[in-house]
Amino acid sequence: MVTAVAREATTADAARASHIDAMLLHYEVETFNTRYAAALDEQRLNDWVEMFTDDALYVVVSRENFDRGLPAGLIYCENKGMIRDRAFALKETTMFAPRYLRHLIGNLAVLGQDAHGSIKATANYVLMQVLFDRADAKLHQVGVYRDVFRRESGHLKLAERRCIYDSLLIDNAMCLPV
Amino acid sequence: MAWQKAASLSDLDDGGVIGVHVGATPVALYRLDGAVYATHGICTHAMAILADGFVEDGKIECPLHQGLFDIKSGKALCAPLTEDLRTYAAKVDGSDVLVDLEATAEGEAPLLASLAQGPANAVAGPSDLESAKAVTPDAPGGGDLTDMESEDMNTHPSLSITKHFVWPAEGLSRIPDWVYTDQSIYEREVAKIFHGPTWNFVALECELPKTGDFVRSNVGPTPVVVSRAADGSIHAFENRCSHRAAEFCRELSGNVNEFVCPYHQWSYDLKGNLAGVPFRRGVAGKGGMPADFDTASHGPRQLHVATHRGVVFASYCDQVEPFQDYLGPEILREFEATFDGRPLKLLGHYRHTLPGNWKLYHENLRDPYHATLLHTFLVTFGLMVAGNKSLMLMDPTGRHGVMASAKSDGKAVAADTKKEMRAYKENMTLADPRMMDFFPEFDSPWSVTMATIWPNLIIQREMNTLGIRHIVPNGPHEFIMKWTMFGFEGDDDEMTRHRLRQGNLMGPAGFLGIEDNEAIKFVQDGMQRVPDKEHLVMLDPDIAAGSSESLISEAAIRAMYRHWRAEMGL
Repeated sequence: MVTAVAREATTADAARASHIDAMLLHYEVETFNTRYAAALDEQRLNDWVEMFTDDALYVVVSRENFDRGLPAGLIYCENKGMIRDRAFALKETTMFAPRYLRHLIGNLAVLGQDAHGSIKATANYVLMQVLFDRADAKLHQVGVYRDVFRRESGHLKLAERRCIYDSLLIDNAMCLPV
Repeated sequence: MAWQKAASLSDLDDGGVIGVHVGATPVALYRLDGAVYATHGICTHAMAILADGFVEDGKIECPLHQGLFDIKSGKALCAPLTEDLRTYAAKVDGSDVLVDLEATAEGEAPLLASLAQGPANAVAGPSDLESAKAVTPDAPGGGDLTDMESEDMNTHPSLSITKHFVWPAEGLSRIPDWVYTDQSIYEREVAKIFHGPTWNFVALECELPKTGDFVRSNVGPTPVVVSRAADGSIHAFENRCSHRAAEFCRELSGNVNEFVCPYHQWSYDLKGNLAGVPFRRGVAGKGGMPADFDTASHGPRQLHVATHRGVVFASYCDQVEPFQDYLGPEILREFEATFDGRPLKLLGHYRHTLPGNWKLYHENLRDPYHATLLHTFLVTFGLMVAGNKSLMLMDPTGRHGVMASAKSDGKAVAADTKKEMRAYKENMTLADPRMMDFFPEFDSPWSVTMATIWPNLIIQREMNTLGIRHIVPNGPHEFIMKWTMFGFEGDDDEMTRHRLRQGNLMGPAGFLGIEDNEAIKFVQDGMQRVPDKEHLVMLDPDIAAGSSESLISEAAIRAMYRHWRAEMGL
C-alpha cells in the first residue's frame, strides 16, 4: 500500500519535472528568438551572425519552392562564413534606401530534442518594413522558421534556420535578413 | 627596406598608369618623364581604382569623382578629396619596376638610364578613350544621333498628338519622361509590342515535362496558360473564360486533364479549345444556348508557340518571323551558348514587384556604365575591374542585347580567378570565397552574359548561376519580375549547390540584385516627383546607337529607343 502511494507520487513528480523541463526549454528558445529579432531590428548584423553555429545552414526559400522540393533560395548560406559575408556585403557594399524593420516571432513550437541535444522547433514570423518616405509600415514578409538549435558552451545557437515565406511576391527587394 | 618586383617596365608607358598588386596591396604605378612612381591603388575618397583614372601634368585624376592627387607626393589637390594618397618608394632595376611598401616616395625618383618614349597621357585598360574610339563607326546603327527626329516620327495619326509626345529635338541622346510614366503610352506598348510582332518568353520546357503539366504565365501583362497536350505539343492561350471573363486557372503550376472554370464549369482541353458548356441544351427542353452555338469559335485566344533549346515563347502576331530569325545570328549564338543542348533542371522561382517602368530593366542591362559604379561588390572583390574584356552587343534592330564580360582572356580562367579575388581594399575578403568560383562549362569567351531578349526576357548567365527573368508589366509605374533559376540535368550535388551559393549575387535579395531594384525604383520616384523632364543618355557619342566595347557607353540604350520609337510610331 505504502509503496504504491510512493510510486504514484514519484510518477507524478517525474511528469511534473519533465513538464517543467519542457517549459524551460520553450522559454529558452523563445528568449533566443526575441534576441534574434532585436539584433535584426536594430540592424546589428554582426551580432546576428554570432547566433549561428560554424556549420549553420541559413536559407530563405519561398513556400512555393519548399512545397515542390525546389532548392533555390532568396538567400542561401551553407555555413557561418557565408552568413558573415552577407552581413559584410549588406553593411559595406550593398546600396539600398534606409529603412526600419520589425520582426514579430510567435506560435513557437518546440518539437523535441534528440540524443545529441539538437532541438527542433518552428515559429511563425511577421516582418514589417517602414520606408522613410512612405506613410505605412508594410507587411514585408510572413512565413515560418523551421529551426534546429544546438547548445554551444551552454548557449543555444542556430544550426539550421530555414525561413519559408508565404508572401511570394517580394515588394521590390529584401535588403536585410529575416 | 624590402624591394619587391611590381611590374615589368615595358608594361608602363611614359605618362601612363597601371594597377598592380604588391603582395595584397593594390598599387598604382606611374611613369613620368622616364621616372617611375608608386601610390596606393585606391582613391582616399571613394572606392575607385586609380589605374582607371587619367594622368595629366604630374597629377592623377580619379575616374569616379575627378579628384586630383599629385603623383609624386600623394597630396590631395582639390575637392572632394580630404585625405592625401599614400606613396611608396619605386625604382627601376633592369627591366623591372620595384616598389618598397615600407618606404614612402621622398623627393625625386631615380631617373631612367634610357628613356623609352610612350604616348603622352596614355591610360591603361580597355576603357581608355583610344579603344572606345576604335569601335567601328559603321557598326549597326551608325549615323547621326539625331537621325530619328524627323517630322513624321513625331506625328502619328492614330495617337492624339499633343506637344506632350514630341521627342526632344536633340534626338536619341535624350529620353523624355513620358516614355516611362504615361498610361496611354503604356497601353500602346501592350498593343504594339507585347501583342505585336514579338516572341514573348512564357515558360521553360522543364517546367512542363508531362502531358497535362501547366504553368500560369503572362505575355506582357496578359495572363496566359501554358500547357503540354497529350501529343507532346506545347500550347499558350489566354487565361480568360470565354463565357464571363473569369481568369479560370488559379494555380501557379500543376497537372490537370482539362481546365474547368469554377464559375459555370465551362471546360477547356489542354490545347485551349472550349470543350464543354454545361446545360448547353437546357433542361427539359427549356433554356440552354442557342442551337447554332459553335464551341470551336468560342475558345480563349490561342497564341503561336515557338520552342528553342527548351525555352518556350508565345506570340499574338500571325506574321511574326521565325524565332531564330527574330533573334538574329549574333544574339542566337549567345542564346545557344547558355542553352547549349543539355536538358535543363528547374531549381526554383523568385517573384517580386518593382515600382519602375518595365523598360528601365532592359536599360539597366544595356548600361555597362553602372556595373562598376552601382555594384561596389563587383569592384571590392575584383569580379569586374578595368582590364576585364567586355562587350555590349546589340542586334542590328536594337531590340535585343547581350552585356558580356570575361574575367580574363578565356584560358586558365579558374586559376586567374584566385588572383583577381584579392580584395582591392585590405581586410576585405570573403569568408567563403567559393561563391565567386567560376567553373567554365560553356562554349563562350565570356564568363558573364546578360541577354535582354525583347520584349520580356532576360537570360542571366552570371558565371555558373543561371536564371530567367520574365518581365510582366503592370501599368507604366510597376512591373512584376518572375525569376526561374535552373541548372542542367547531370549536374552533381556539388554543382547544384555551387549554383545556389552563387545565386546570392542575384535576385531580390542578391548583393547586386538589391541594388538594381533600388536604383530603378529611385529613377521612377524621381520622374514622378519632379515630372515632365528628360533623361541624358549621351555617353560614347562616337557610336550613335548600337554595339560598343567600352563600358562607358550608352549607345545600346540609344539603339533600343531607336527600335522602340519605330515600333511605337513615335
